[in-house]
Amino acid sequence: MSESIVEILGLRKVYAGKNPVTAVDGIDLHVPSGLIYGLLGPNGAGKTTTISIATTRAIPTAGSVKIAGIDVVAHPALARCVIGVVPQYNTLDRSCTVFENIYFHCRYFGMTKQAAAQRTAQLLDQFRLSDRAAAYPQALSGGLAQRLQIARAIAHHPKVLFLDEPSAGLDPQSRIAMWDAVQALRGEGITVVLTTHYMEEADAICDRVAIIDHGKILIEDSPTALKASVGGDIIYDLRMHGVRDSGLLEKKLALIDGVTRVEVIEGGLRVLARAQDGLLAKVVTKANEYGLRDVTTTEPSLETVFIRLTGRDLRE
Amino acid sequence: MSEAMTNSNDTKFVVYTRAFIGLLQRDFRVLTREIVPFLIRIAMNPLLFLFVFTFVMPHMTGGSSMSPTAGMAAAGGGGFGTVLLPGLMAVAIMFSGIAAVALPLAQEFGVTREIDDRVMCPLPIGAVAIEKIVFSAIQSIFAAAVVFPLAYYIPSTPVLAHVPSWWFFIAVLVLASLLAGALGLTIGTFVQPKQIGLIFGVVIMPITFLGCVYYPWAALSSIKWLQIGVLINPIVYITEGLRAALTPTIGHMPDATILAMLLFFFVLLTLMGLRGFANRVIS
Repeated sequence: MSESIVEILGLRKVYAGKNPVTAVDGIDLHVPSGLIYGLLGPNGAGKTTTISIATTRAIPTAGSVKIAGIDVVAHPALARCVIGVVPQYNTLDRSCTVFENIYFHCRYFGMTKQAAAQRTAQLLDQFRLSDRAAAYPQALSGGLAQRLQIARAIAHHPKVLFLDEPSAGLDPQSRIAMWDAVQALRGEGITVVLTTHYMEEADAICDRVAIIDHGKILIEDSPTALKASVGGDIIYDLRMHGVRDSGLLEKKLALIDGVTRVEVIEGGLRVLARAQDGLLAKVVTKANEYGLRDVTTTEPSLETVFIRLTGRDLRE
Repeated sequence: MSEAMTNSNDTKFVVYTRAFIGLLQRDFRVLTREIVPFLIRIAMNPLLFLFVFTFVMPHMTGGSSMSPTAGMAAAGGGGFGTVLLPGLMAVAIMFSGIAAVALPLAQEFGVTREIDDRVMCPLPIGAVAIEKIVFSAIQSIFAAAVVFPLAYYIPSTPVLAHVPSWWFFIAVLVLASLLAGALGLTIGTFVQPKQIGLIFGVVIMPITFLGCVYYPWAALSSIKWLQIGVLINPIVYITEGLRAALTPTIGHMPDATILAMLLFFFVLLTLMGLRGFANRVIS
């Protein structure tokens, strides 16, 4: 694995108060350079807090974060030179036009007037915003505003781009456009760290995913490897009329060649298996004897992985 | 690490300075686009105040006797206009600080969270807040400059203004403007965004009416408790400072006291404002 551009060690964050909240509870993370890295977890898992600390907007209770070798707690102002940030909410400058939003960002990061204007024009073109250059952010749709935020965040050529819940509030079409824009960043050598509670998003664009819950990392790997860890590449959910003799059926199904696991789910059984011809027919025939009502076939997703690890649904 | 910057040999100081200048340029750009509302905002209060109290009322039969400080001003030379000139300039300076810092901050902390964008600039958080004070001070000086001709020419009785020491005048003007920005920063960071509307009643009206704007501090001698009580109001030192610098014929506090107190309140409010700002943007 190549060198880590983001190094998080023993990170903890406790929000003091009458009822102290431990938002991040000992996170270690190494993000290799050049990847799109996802922090996947439900709301309140500690993803945003982790990103806030890494982007100098929160002070950790313990632990350290180094980005490109710079300690973000000790040298926040310098760390900001090597990171770009797109927070969850729209932080576009409402008093400035689309052009000026990027232009002044470039100026803050020390570019000359000419270099800033050039970079702005290039980014507006790259993110297909040129025709809206004179518009104000209030006039942009959610999808365009998000693209502008990404364009602005990378204007100073950061090494790492942090995206906090980038597709929150976007319609499906804008989400896909955003995914394309993020994936295009690979070509520029920018490492992307994003948080999401959409498993499809993590699956679709991330090279590696860390699943995070209650402030801890549960598992960390590529989406493919995570899905393979479920123990089967096909899942049959069997809905039964009642659950009589389900214990017996469970045993019988487990004996079928290709089935790797059988487990009880609400209203029936779940069969995990290696996909092969005729397997579904065998499972259905067997289950029919016990009152099969319906069967759904799915492939393992990161959601399955999450449920397996926590016993909960991502959306809970 | 410095590939991200334009020049890898840049020192920290250079990086910070460029970011600071960038922030100022952005603020100037926005201000020039909103120059008309800005002028209306700073000119309307003194314009109407002067028109009614120093032009309309003196023209009414017996109107001059309605002027609250007629006797006092006559004793010191010059009419109510002479009392009002430094007072209204002080109000313009103070209000610019509120309008340039406190009100935008309330919006940026509350609805839009735009402040997060400014906070991500490559300079210390405190410098982002200092930039707001500096830019606000520039607006305050401009506001004072707009009020001066109005307050000088509108009153029907001549205003007795002369500047005994330009150094003193400039020192008062600059300190007062910085103080106003620091006051705006403190208010903007300590008041909850949704309660920002209340500051007009709770802060601005009391500090204006009890800020020796419409009467000189010395004239409060007949109400001793009030004369001492208003000393905690920083606006008092702005008005008295401008009074000492511009209309010295009217009784005022000693120059050294004024400068010392302006400096004291500037430092105090800046420290409070910086602390409030950091608390708001860093968790």
